[in-house]
Amino acid sequence: MAGLTTALRLPGNPDTRYEASAATREKPWVKRLILGISLSFFALFLLLPLVAVFFEALRKGVDVYLAALTDPDALSAIRLTLLTAAIAVPLNLVFGIAAAWAITKFDFRGKHLLITFIDLPFSVSPVIAGLIYVLVFGAQGWFGPWLLAHDIKIIFAVPGIVLATVFVTFPFVARELIPLMQAQGREEEEAATVLGASGWRTFWNVTLPNIKWGLLYGVILCNARAMGEFGAVSVVSGHIRGLTNTMPLHVEILYNEYNFAAAFAVASLLAMLALVTLVVKTFIEWQAALNASAQSQKGQEE
Amino acid sequence: MNRATTYRVLPGFGLSLGYTLAYLSLIVLIPLAAVFLKTFSLSFEQFWAAISAPRVVASYKLSFGASLLAAAINTVFGMMLAWALVRYTFPGKRIVDALVDLPFALPTAVAGIALTALYAPNGWLGQILEPLGIKVAFTPLGVLVALIFIGLPFVVRTVQPVLADLETELEEAAASLGAQRWQTFRLVILPILLPALLTGFALAFARAVGEYGSVIFIAGNIPMVSEITPLMIITKLEQYDYTGATAIACVMLLLSFALLLVINGLQAWTQKRGEKGS
Repeated sequence: MAGLTTALRLPGNPDTRYEASAATREKPWVKRLILGISLSFFALFLLLPLVAVFFEALRKGVDVYLAALTDPDALSAIRLTLLTAAIAVPLNLVFGIAAAWAITKFDFRGKHLLITFIDLPFSVSPVIAGLIYVLVFGAQGWFGPWLLAHDIKIIFAVPGIVLATVFVTFPFVARELIPLMQAQGREEEEAATVLGASGWRTFWNVTLPNIKWGLLYGVILCNARAMGEFGAVSVVSGHIRGLTNTMPLHVEILYNEYNFAAAFAVASLLAMLALVTLVVKTFIEWQAALNASAQSQKGQEE
Repeated sequence: MNRATTYRVLPGFGLSLGYTLAYLSLIVLIPLAAVFLKTFSLSFEQFWAAISAPRVVASYKLSFGASLLAAAINTVFGMMLAWALVRYTFPGKRIVDALVDLPFALPTAVAGIALTALYAPNGWLGQILEPLGIKVAFTPLGVLVALIFIGLPFVVRTVQPVLADLETELEEAAASLGAQRWQTFRLVILPILLPALLTGFALAFARAVGEYGSVIFIAGNIPMVSEITPLMIITKLEQYDYTGATAIACVMLLLSFALLLVINGLQAWTQKRGEKGS
């Protein structure tokens, strides 16, 4: 996934510079062909599915649409999704900051291995992410008998859903902050510390203002995944209506019951979440690019 | 003690690293270890029987085959899209650029039902393809379509920055030496893009092998025909066959780790190329 650091490397206004020179310009028919093929591919595989969600959601009219969203099971799914994200995102936010601080502000052995381990959840199938918690906390798992004896439910209950969500969204904030803080170096924090600022003060007044856009970027991507996770949550949820159904699971149940209009109505909420995420993400890239160019201008004046 | 300790100025090393390691172990490493420990409790015959059952082997073929094909298709079209986004101006370019990340932001279940609705026999695209004898939904072809959807941004987003960093001087030099545009692309630009293309391919492939949500709706999940490997894990779990599920998960995890090593190597290569170029 291209992070904010990568996005910033894209030049702001490159559009015309290639077409100005004969050496970097294609023949008009080649250009039209590349544009035609790539944009058709984009429309077919990305745009059309998105349009279909909203079309199918509203196919049977606004009344059916609203009824599907105000159904008690839908409302409880929405509540559980919000709750899950409200726990998982802050947990991974704190972790991301701690990990990035340790990795970028200090030198120690095994740093590369640690970064690889942090990225690990992205290369594990979501189904396996659910399975591992079943193996640890399930009835036949390591802590199963103990949990049963103490009447604590983790699998097929909300804690399991939260755990699986934390796992799949684990790297988002950390992998956004690590390259960003690496690029910014340690001098500013070291200066603050030498001048007598405490560790927390240094973080709040020096580091945080420098990383706020990267932090926000990681958080919104983390949030989108937390609210939308399906595979991992599906394994640990048990699909108990009104109790352990998140929005994506509710979509699945409605769809499998051939209640397509309602399924797409709930899906359209998730699609809107995705669109809002993309808008905020683009806005942050734009803001960060403005900041970067303002800073480089300041640097040139000095 | 090493030298780094002597020069450490900033506070919070113990706290931040300690918290990082503890949280990483609790959430990721120890639960993942459960898969391997559980697998070791099986006899080899049990393990082999679980991972080589005909239905499971059929699922490997589909998962690997469709993932490879989807990654290859995405590499070709993703490169064209990245090229268009970096080099050309066209109306709606910013919107297209932002929407490339849609598969990252759109929940997989939503993508799954949307693709199914499009490609079902009575859907917008299914209606066109059905008379031509092409069935997409509920066939292996449907799996391919879902995996193309999910993998496209990986290729675009790894190729795009490399393409944008490319010095135009290289192409100007090639042109002044008499190279045709196609020759310049094939002999100058493509070799520079190669590490990024391979990285994008590997990332898209790795994601596709493990993908579940967007595939299961459109696949139809017919045993021996359109069942993917992650679905086999779910099926075993639903039958309370935890050992079988774990054995298959173990195979998939080993593949994921191998891919992770390959991807790390490719990314290091891409970076080295970039540094040499600039």
